[in-house]
Amino acid sequence: MERKIRVLVGKPGLDGHDRGAKVVAASLRDAGMEVIYSGLHQTPEALVNMAVQEDVDVVALSILSGAHMPLFGRIVELLHAKGVDDVLITGGGIIPEVDMQKLAGQGVGKLFGPGTPTAEIVTYIQEWFRASPRSQVESGL
Amino acid sequence: MDIARLKQDYERWRARAQEHARDRDGEFNSISDRPIQSLYTPLDVQDIDYLRDLGFPGEFPFTRGVHYNMYRGRLWTMRQFSGYGTPKETNQRYHYLLDHGQTGLSVAFDFPTLMGYDSDSPRSFGEVGKCGVAVDSLRDMEILFDGIPLDRISTSMTINGPAAVLFAFYVAAAEKQGVNPRDLRGTLQNDILKEYVAQHAWCFPPEPALRLIVDLMEYCSEHVPQWNPISISGYHIREAGSTAGQELAFTLADGFEYVRRGIARGMDVDEFAPRLSFFWDCHQDFFEEIAKMRAARRIWAREMRDTFGAKDPRSWLVRFHTQTAGCSLTAQQPENNIVRTAFEALAAVLGGTQSLHTNAMDETLGLPTEKAAKTALRTQQIIAHELGVTNTVDPLGGSYYMEALTNDLEREALETFKKIEAQGGVVPCIESGWFQSEIARASRKFQDEVDSGKRVIVGVNQFVEEGETLEIPVLYIDESASKTQESGLLRLRAERRAADADAALANLKRAATTTENLVPYLIRCAHAYCTEGEIIGTLRGVFGEYHEPAYSF
Repeated sequence: MERKIRVLVGKPGLDGHDRGAKVVAASLRDAGMEVIYSGLHQTPEALVNMAVQEDVDVVALSILSGAHMPLFGRIVELLHAKGVDDVLITGGGIIPEVDMQKLAGQGVGKLFGPGTPTAEIVTYIQEWFRASPRSQVESGL
Repeated sequence: MDIARLKQDYERWRARAQEHARDRDGEFNSISDRPIQSLYTPLDVQDIDYLRDLGFPGEFPFTRGVHYNMYRGRLWTMRQFSGYGTPKETNQRYHYLLDHGQTGLSVAFDFPTLMGYDSDSPRSFGEVGKCGVAVDSLRDMEILFDGIPLDRISTSMTINGPAAVLFAFYVAAAEKQGVNPRDLRGTLQNDILKEYVAQHAWCFPPEPALRLIVDLMEYCSEHVPQWNPISISGYHIREAGSTAGQELAFTLADGFEYVRRGIARGMDVDEFAPRLSFFWDCHQDFFEEIAKMRAARRIWAREMRDTFGAKDPRSWLVRFHTQTAGCSLTAQQPENNIVRTAFEALAAVLGGTQSLHTNAMDETLGLPTEKAAKTALRTQQIIAHELGVTNTVDPLGGSYYMEALTNDLEREALETFKKIEAQGGVVPCIESGWFQSEIARASRKFQDEVDSGKRVIVGVNQFVEEGETLEIPVLYIDESASKTQESGLLRLRAERRAADADAALANLKRAATTTENLVPYLIRCAHAYCTEGEIIGTLRGVFGEYHEPAYSF
């Protein structure tokens, strides 16, 4: 049997909009994933530490404040610095198309805007996981 | 009217209607999941006593409106919420909006300002100037209102945790313009309870935060009498996913808590209650939203008069600002958002709003471009001048449906108040995460209905355009505001008289440990060019920080 996908749903920065993060976290959980929700107002450093300690497969970030470029950038950088390069970094929020493309160039996965059906996010993560080498190994936890 | 005969005839009609007309598939519930009947008749409003429950506009219980002649006297204030980047950029946008007929200003601050951090704090990384304007000190406030005489404009500021600090900057900026604070008109949002419940921009734990709010209520009633020190807000509660009924009940419950705190400070309720104002969301369920605003007026008036003993009729009034529902806008086919916003704005006007913000069509993609912001303002002008809806007061009053809905929302709110009281009141409900959990559940339910297609959203789950490409321009905010603010702070700290700033902060710190009103100390800090981060940091040292409780969702 496939093991459970481990996901960190993170709220980096000072943005307090957490409706989407909580709806997505609940949907991923109901789809059978192991979900850790970071809570609000996390620094990139704190989120990366959580991701490493919890040995997650997916880091899903929610940013609606417009701070997505620097925050995603910093988190990617910090994960790489810790030698983590096989997790999926995805997320959503108020993110213009042009920024989604730029972030894709930095190794960030698909980003979802307002109005996305939660099933689309679930499917995306499940498909990524099946194709990922991480699905072949037991989680360290 | 012969009710017995009406009832009999209604039953006859209903049987016949069911025989001859079949409803479409699906449920006929409001957007907040309230079951709606196919027809409303006098049977649904027979317990209404016109004089007791509706009355005349401008008179108790104000169900029909707070003024005798409503928009025949004065139109609502068209107040577009706006702010981004540096104070200089936002000042230019303000001049643009005022030049196009906007009648009041409304400041959107960025997240570091909302949470009490300076632009150069490590906590502000990435957020400076992004979803609002960065204001670090009195100097930024002076730039923000450059060329705008503060005695001639009313300004609303969406700021909560550090509201007293930004208010101090504003008063100091006015004084530097030569304006007497007694002539200042405007509103501070300053509703910290709903921050813990929904919007999440806080600085301190609830008790010291409430003390600062009562300090402002007290200070304004004496020194800035035309200022509304609080705008008790349902908007963020609704945007976080609540139903209309929860928005109404949670917000009024917050309002009553502020009233209790003011009385506990030793003030007479009529000293501060006339300056309390409100802020509602206007979502898409047209009639339910209007009913919510009507119910709010009636509940508040009754509680203020009968429970809190307010004698000044102005203390009984729900005067309110409305914003159309940001969460109703879609990223898909964004032009449709103009239509959604127009209907929501119309509902707000029919609900009797005193001021209104209409969202721009591009707000699910970024901050509004100048053109999108202008169309949003024009939407209000069309409602005001072309539709004829301002000719008469409360045009929907007396509609069987409207009055039944208003009663229903009122009943729901009174039941919710009992639940809150049974848990010890508003603050315990925040500390246990009850509000947060209730809202998260409602938002999940709504999302499930959208995902399953039970609830149709045009362009999202029906009438979808496959391969839709975006054809509207998006306002792009880069990282330059952060650099400008950082160098501005360096300059400020070098140029100000360090001894004055240090002394002002030391005095504030000492006063914070007593029960003295802190507002005069904050104004002195503002004049000494202390930064927001320094002031809040000083207070955090005394008051501590806040962390959200864990709750299920």
